Formats: sequence, C-alpha cells, structure tokens
Amino acid sequence: MSTYLIKDAKVLGGDASDVLIRDGVIAEIGTDLSTDGATVIEAAGQILLPGLVDLHTHLREPGREDAETVATGANAAALGGFTAVHAMANTDPVADTAGTVEQVWRLGQETGRCDVHPVGAVTVGLEGKRLAELGAMADSAARVRVFSDDGKCVDDAVIMRRALEYVKAFDGVVAQHAQEPRLTEGAQMNEGTVSGELGLRGWPAVAEESIIARDVLLTAHVGSRLHVCHVSTAGSVEILRWAKSKGWNVTAEVTPHHLLLTDELVRSYDPVYKVNPPLRTAADVTALREALADGTIDAVATDHAPHPSEDKDCEWAVAAMGMLGLETALSIVQETMVDTGLLDWAGVADRMSVRPAAIGRLEGHGRPVEVGEPANLVLVDPTPRRTVEPSELASRSRNTPYAGLELPGKVVATFLRGVPTVIDGKLA
Amino acid sequence: MKRHLISAADLTRDDAILILDTAEELAHIAERPIKKLPTLRGRTVVNLFFEDSTRTRISFEAAAKRLSADVINFSAKGSSVSKGESLKDTALTLQAMGADAVVIRHHASGAPHRLAGSGWLRGSVVNAGDGTHEHPTQALLDAFTMRRRLAGGRGDLEGRRITLVGDVLHSRVARSNVLLLATLGAEVTLVAPPTLLPIGVESWPCTVSYDLDAPLPKSDAVMMLRVQRERMNAAFFPTEREYSRRYGLDLRRMAMLPEHAIVMHPGPMNRGMEIAAEVADSTRSTIVEQVTNGVSVRMAVLYLLLGGNEPALSAPSTASTPSTGTEESTK
Repeated sequence: MSTYLIKDAKVLGGDASDVLIRDGVIAEIGTDLSTDGATVIEAAGQILLPGLVDLHTHLREPGREDAETVATGANAAALGGFTAVHAMANTDPVADTAGTVEQVWRLGQETGRCDVHPVGAVTVGLEGKRLAELGAMADSAARVRVFSDDGKCVDDAVIMRRALEYVKAFDGVVAQHAQEPRLTEGAQMNEGTVSGELGLRGWPAVAEESIIARDVLLTAHVGSRLHVCHVSTAGSVEILRWAKSKGWNVTAEVTPHHLLLTDELVRSYDPVYKVNPPLRTAADVTALREALADGTIDAVATDHAPHPSEDKDCEWAVAAMGMLGLETALSIVQETMVDTGLLDWAGVADRMSVRPAAIGRLEGHGRPVEVGEPANLVLVDPTPRRTVEPSELASRSRNTPYAGLELPGKVVATFLRGVPTVIDGKLA
Repeated sequence: MKRHLISAADLTRDDAILILDTAEELAHIAERPIKKLPTLRGRTVVNLFFEDSTRTRISFEAAAKRLSADVINFSAKGSSVSKGESLKDTALTLQAMGADAVVIRHHASGAPHRLAGSGWLRGSVVNAGDGTHEHPTQALLDAFTMRRRLAGGRGDLEGRRITLVGDVLHSRVARSNVLLLATLGAEVTLVAPPTLLPIGVESWPCTVSYDLDAPLPKSDAVMMLRVQRERMNAAFFPTEREYSRRYGLDLRRMAMLPEHAIVMHPGPMNRGMEIAAEVADSTRSTIVEQVTNGVSVRMAVLYLLLGGNEPALSAPSTASTPSTGTEESTK
C-alpha cells in the first residue's frame, strides 16, 4: 500500500500541517515531515477534512440501473468527497430483506470507491403496513442501523411507534420521510403564492411539520432515536429546536438544494426543479441555514436522486421527483454556509462527516484527523470556481438543478482507508 | 407581442388592446356571406388537444379556417399519445410536419410553457387551457365581451367592476381573467368559499370576498365559474345545495345587480348549481355571445402571432415555410 504525504494542508481549516498516510491510517501529522518514499500532494491553501458521509443517497440498484448503479453512484460520491454513503431502500426490489441489503453492501465493497451502507426499509415493500425484518437486516453482513421508508412516510402512528421501539434492540434509528399523505395527494410543489399562480397542486409545510411534531413526541414517549430526513421548512426547524431542548434523541438533515434553491424556480415549469420535499421559500432557506449553523439540524444529506432524462424531459405533472446532489454538495455548502460566514470548515466537517457518521453508527468514518485514525479524508481547494456542466458528471443521470451555475470549491483528493479514490479532482 | 401566448401576463395593455381591436375588425367577417380571409393561406395550425374540449377546439378550428390556414386536429384519443408517446415526441413530430402554430390544451399546468420553451418546436404556441393554470384566449374573449357591453367596444376596461364567482382554486379561467382584467384597468373581486381560493390569493391584483351578496350591487359584470360536483367529495364544500345557496346566481341575486350589468359564464354550465337556468337564459346573459366572440378573438390571436409583418410583433416564426411552397404575405 502506497504512502502519501499531504503537504501544508489546513486541517479542518486550521493551521497548515503535513499529514502522512500509511497503511490505511494517518501515520504522522506535523510540519516539514520527511517526503521519503511518499507520494507528495502539495496542498498549500487547501482544506483537509474527514471523508464526507451522506445519510441519504439513492443509488437505484437494484432495479433502475438506467438511472444509477452502485458503481456509478460510488464514483459520483468519491468525486464529491464522500467516503461513505447510505443507500436508500426504495429500490426494486425494495431493500426490506437481509438478502437485498447484503447485495447492495457487497456491490459497494466491490467498487472500492466509497463505503455503501444500505438503509433498510421500515415496512415491507415501503407499504406502511407490516414491519420489515429489521433485526435480520441489522444482523446481516450489511449491519444496517438506519431504517427508512424514504419516498414514503411511515404515516401510521402505531407502525411508527413500533418501529421506533423495535430498533432500540440493535441501536438503530428510524429516518422518517415526514409527509402527511392526505395533505399532499397529487402535490406538485410548495404550497404558497407561487403554486397559486402556477396552478400546481400545493405541498403545504404543515404536512411535514405535523408529522415531525408527532414523531418527536412518539420518540420521547418510547425513548428511542429518530432521524428526520430532508427538513425543508422554517416550522420544522422550530419543532426540532423544541424537541432538542427537551433532550430527546432527535436528529435531522437538510439537503444542499434546500439550502440554496427556492420555489420561484418552478415558474420555469422545468421539472429539474421538481423534488420531494419541494423547494420552499427564501424565508425557509434562511431558517434552514441558521439551523444548520446552530446545530439544530445535525447534518447535510444529499438526497441524491438520479433520474433518466425521459423522466425529466416532459411536462411538470408527470415528471419524477428528485435531483442529483453528490458531486455538488460540498460546493453548495461552501457557497451557502462557509462563504456566508455561518459555518467554518470545522463546522463543515462536523455536519457533513462527524455527525452523520454518528447517526448512522458508522465505525471508521467521521473520525478526528489524528494520528492512528483511519485515513478517510477529503482534500478541498476552496478557491477555484467552476460552472456545473451536467455532461461532465460521473453520475449516470443528468438531472442537476445547478447546470450552468458557477459554484465555489473543488474536491482535489479523496482517500478511503488510505487509498486515493480521487486524485487531482479525477477518479484515481 | 411575444411569439407565444402562454399566459395573460404575457400581454401588455397595448398588446391586449391590439388583439381586441383586431378582433373587432375581424368580427365583421362573420357577418359576410363568405366568412373567409386569405390571410393565413398556406400556414399550418395544429390543434393539439390532450383533454376533451368541444367549444374551445371548434372555436380555434373555425378561427384558423376563416383565416384560410390549414388546420390539423390532433386529439390525444386515438393518437399515439394514448399509446404512451411523450409530449416531447409529439412536439418533435409536429415540428417535422411544419406546424406554424400549435394550439395546445393540456391537463398538466405548464405544458404549453414547456412546449414553447423547450426547443422542441419552432412555431408559435397558443395556450388553449393548461390544467389549473391559465386559459388566456378565454380571458381575451371575456374582455372582448365586456368591452362591447360596458365600454362601447373601444379602449380598456378602466374602473369597471368585475366579480368572478366560484372555484377559483381549480380555475384557469379565473387566473387568466384576473391578470388580463387588471392589465386593462378593471377592478376585480373574487368570490368563493375559502376552500376554493388558492393560498396566496391575497397577492393577486384583486380583492376577495366570501360573500356573494356584498359585491353584486356595484358589479358591472358577474362571471360564474363552473364548479365540478366531484369537489364535494373532497370536502371543498358540504353539499351541492349549500354551495348553490351561498354561491349560486339565482334570480334574487341577479336582481341585486345594476341595470346595465351582464352575467357571464365560460361554459360548460351546471344549470341549477352555480347558475339558475332562468339567469343563464335571461337577456343579461352573454353566454352565447361569448362563444361567438371567441372565434373573433382567436382569429385575432392567430393573425397577430402568424401575420409576420405587424409592427407590434417580435421575431416571426422561423418555421414559416409551408408545404405548398408559396408564401402568402399578409396585408
């Protein structure tokens, strides 16, 4: 295994240091370390962070390999600076058995680009009726700890309660897609001024907030662990802030797109902006940024959702929901959080690596950048700006909402247990 | 004027008045024994209807034919659309056939917007009603009717009080009317139960009332919107009868209107639901007149979009070579 010396990198944005990677771990940190036998990476002005961890990725395999595969998704993840991603369960077949999660786990290991941790479905077939064999998935080779029916809400209060209780046996967490189904039948976009003008069926904020309110109360009642997926409204932030003030075991994530984009973009009727939960208002964006800064929201999670072009090259109503995220997430966070002064790079490490790894109970990820720790690292150059060109993305799909947008920052290198998955901004 | 007509908001006051004035001129054609002008000879207008519509499709067809355009009617039923062909592929097909204008009716809000902005088609796109978004030619024919009855057929509708009643939430007619009437200077009041008003309606250029009786004595025109009975099942209102009592236009309410006020309905009507049969058939009703005016207004829209040498037009369609190969210049 090769030895790498990262020279003069600002660890977590702090003072410049040399970091020596050998045998998969961080072997030395210091100044003027010997370059003997090491491949040197000149990193003056660049930021070294623990490898990013995504709690929310759709890799589409098995079932929709025309949109993404574990291999192409892992490439996109590595290029985005991620060393671990959680693959959502809404595949075909649904990841609701030990067999399916082990398949996804194995495919991830074969890529060598990124650790792929399958999320197990909460209910059989995501149908919200019967609990899937959560224990079997937890005990499988994939060691599933995050369970979610993402894409669908576990709306039955009893099923949700039982799931929260049951996962306590193996320190699992239920990641809820908070969407009250009756309030969002046929919903196309955020309900507000814009939806009224465009004549598109609204997805009201209250449909998210009412489920979150119920679930934090259920979580407190049964003493379990809840994670709230893709929080999108200012009201949700207030409920989470209150739940955390009670000391309840509740965590939450926000997507990069909800930190930047608003429902005004829907005026184009371009389905590249169609996503669930929908893009909200500027006031929501502000509240989400503040909540991420103060820690009310624990993590940034991409909700990377690839779709083939025919599912987006159509009228709004029939288009699929979702947008790509892995390869642009860090740039969006830099743009919205770092360059605005809301979060420093240590904060980015916390929200994009340390806390998501802790929520997913991943060992070896989200660790401090210290001697002896696994060398899961990402090197970022915050200076260059790039224009997003969909055809250059590693994902099999092209549905990025940032096409043509100039974004800051560039992932220079990513290391997975000491092995570079990305070097010079390209797949190694 | 823009190259497409997607939203009533695309029209400036001058655009709207130009269309209405042009429609007044073209209306005289209908009084001639031969109801035809050679203006659009050799141009192809496609009526692309993804949703059932009798009067709008026939109205556009009559308008295009009176201008001597070749008309192709393309309805989703019995076409490859019912076999799952996408809007994009349908558009590419029409483009390949050389459509100069595509008149589209679609159940999805924004479909005409997509058609016009996607690069799939080069011809002009006219929105003939999209989902619960807009229906700009309906608003134009309504404005035309109001202008004839209330403003001597000239100018704008400055200061006229127009009351729109009914299912605003799901109504493309209401959205287009509010926008166009505001452009023309009218004062619009929307009347509906709160369940049938969209969130954010307070930002629209109009006032809102939950009570129908209040605005009637000052209304110059009252337009009743169709209310689908199925809405009752989604709890938008308790029963048909309650809706009718609170928001229906009956003889008692019609008597509250000023002497000169007119009663309008875009059709199709639910007699006995939002409008009493006696009101629909009364002399104040302009419902049949609206249909007649629809043809004139749509002639004006097609004429101005495809005419090519109107000074008010922006760049004309680049797909203007018809299959006959002879270009008819418009005078």
